[in-house]
Amino acid sequence: MTPLAVSIVGALASFTLVLVVLELVRSRRLRERYALLWLLTGLTLTALSAWRNGLNTIAGWVGVRGYPPAVLFAVGILFILAVLLHYSTVISRLSDQNVVLAQRLALLEEQLVERATSER
Amino acid sequence: MSDTIVDASRAATLPGLAELRRVAIVPALNEEHAVAAVVAELRAFDPGMDIVVVDDGSVDRTSAVATASGARVLRLPFNLGIGGAVQTGFRYAYEHGYDLAVRLDGDGQHDARQLGIVIEPVLRGEADIVVGSRFAATGQGYRSSRTRRIGIRLLAWVVSRIVGQRVTDTTSGFQALNREGIALFARDYPHDYPEVEATVMVFRHRLRLREVPVSMRERAGGRSSITALRSIYYMVKVLLAIFVGLFRRNVVPQEDSS
Ligand SMILES: Nc1nc2c(ncn2[C@@H]2O[C@H](COP(=O)(O)OP(=O)(O)OP(=O)(O)O)[C@@H](O)[C@H]2O)c(=O)[nH]1
Ligand SMILES: [Mg+2]
Repeated sequence: MTPLAVSIVGALASFTLVLVVLELVRSRRLRERYALLWLLTGLTLTALSAWRNGLNTIAGWVGVRGYPPAVLFAVGILFILAVLLHYSTVISRLSDQNVVLAQRLALLEEQLVERATSER
Repeated sequence: MSDTIVDASRAATLPGLAELRRVAIVPALNEEHAVAAVVAELRAFDPGMDIVVVDDGSVDRTSAVATASGARVLRLPFNLGIGGAVQTGFRYAYEHGYDLAVRLDGDGQHDARQLGIVIEPVLRGEADIVVGSRFAATGQGYRSSRTRRIGIRLLAWVVSRIVGQRVTDTTSGFQALNREGIALFARDYPHDYPEVEATVMVFRHRLRLREVPVSMRERAGGRSSITALRSIYYMVKVLLAIFVGLFRRNVVPQEDSS
């Protein structure tokens, strides 16, 4: 069985995550687009922590005997991996765009200099 | 109050329009087959209207075609998404001091001949932002996929409840704005799928929004961006944004800030 304390602490911690994410979105420090995965993480962990029978059942399915909260860790780690992978793709896109921006800027600058010298 | 219906298929019949500095903002992503016709239709409607095509990182000849058709082209270095693209146009309109802006899609779905209907309430000073709605007229339906219609309905219902005014088409990109509307959107415009959030934003900034019935065409070419999976993301993202947005403090738009 899952110890009651684990369920309570787990649910509180995950729900706090949900609230923090919502506040970050509200104060515009986090875009909705990047908040969604975090919210899914928080809500899933909250549900798994609070729904004790469910956690035990799922632990049974995946063959975790003895300590059902291990499932909680596993799910948490899975979500963290997903978020990290997502961010890696985001960073890749950002650095690609950064290259394009720098190139466009250099070309523009050259055009301006060219124009200034030809006017003289 | 006279309620005469103006034949609005030509701008010349709209009183007061000629004195305004006016611009059309046309977002276009890979619309090489449609954008020239859109520009031509805008010309035919109002030769005195400047036309700005925002090329949102197209990989086809959209920019070249638009330039050749005589439009000014803002070529974004990469795809920003419809929100970022359209806002580029609003920034342009704001910084160049336009009094009136209209916005319509580069895929040819919005009929420039109906612009008069959309512009009129702005000209009369009755609204800051006017949206052409496919669903405002009763009995006349717009064909699109069923899931999409349900989605649009659901969002319209949510938005109507929040703003306390009947809004039927929250996803329409067929709009006219006065200087205040331009200023608001130049400063703050939602990303990804902007129209729904923008509607709520307009009300929260106490600008006056009005819907007028228009008809829209089916797609003339190219492919819709809205796939099944994206619609789900769309709904969740927009609902989250609206919900969280309700807890934001109200900001009043100021002309001088950017
Ligand atoms: N989808 C999409 N459209 C963009 C983007 N940037 C600019 N646009 C233009 O925005 C307009 C609206 O896009 P559409 O995909 O036609 O969206 P829609 O009209 O709501 O959907 P349909 O009814 O299926 O045509 C078009 O003129 C696009 O060319 C972008 O990043 N994504
Ligand atoms: Mg379209």
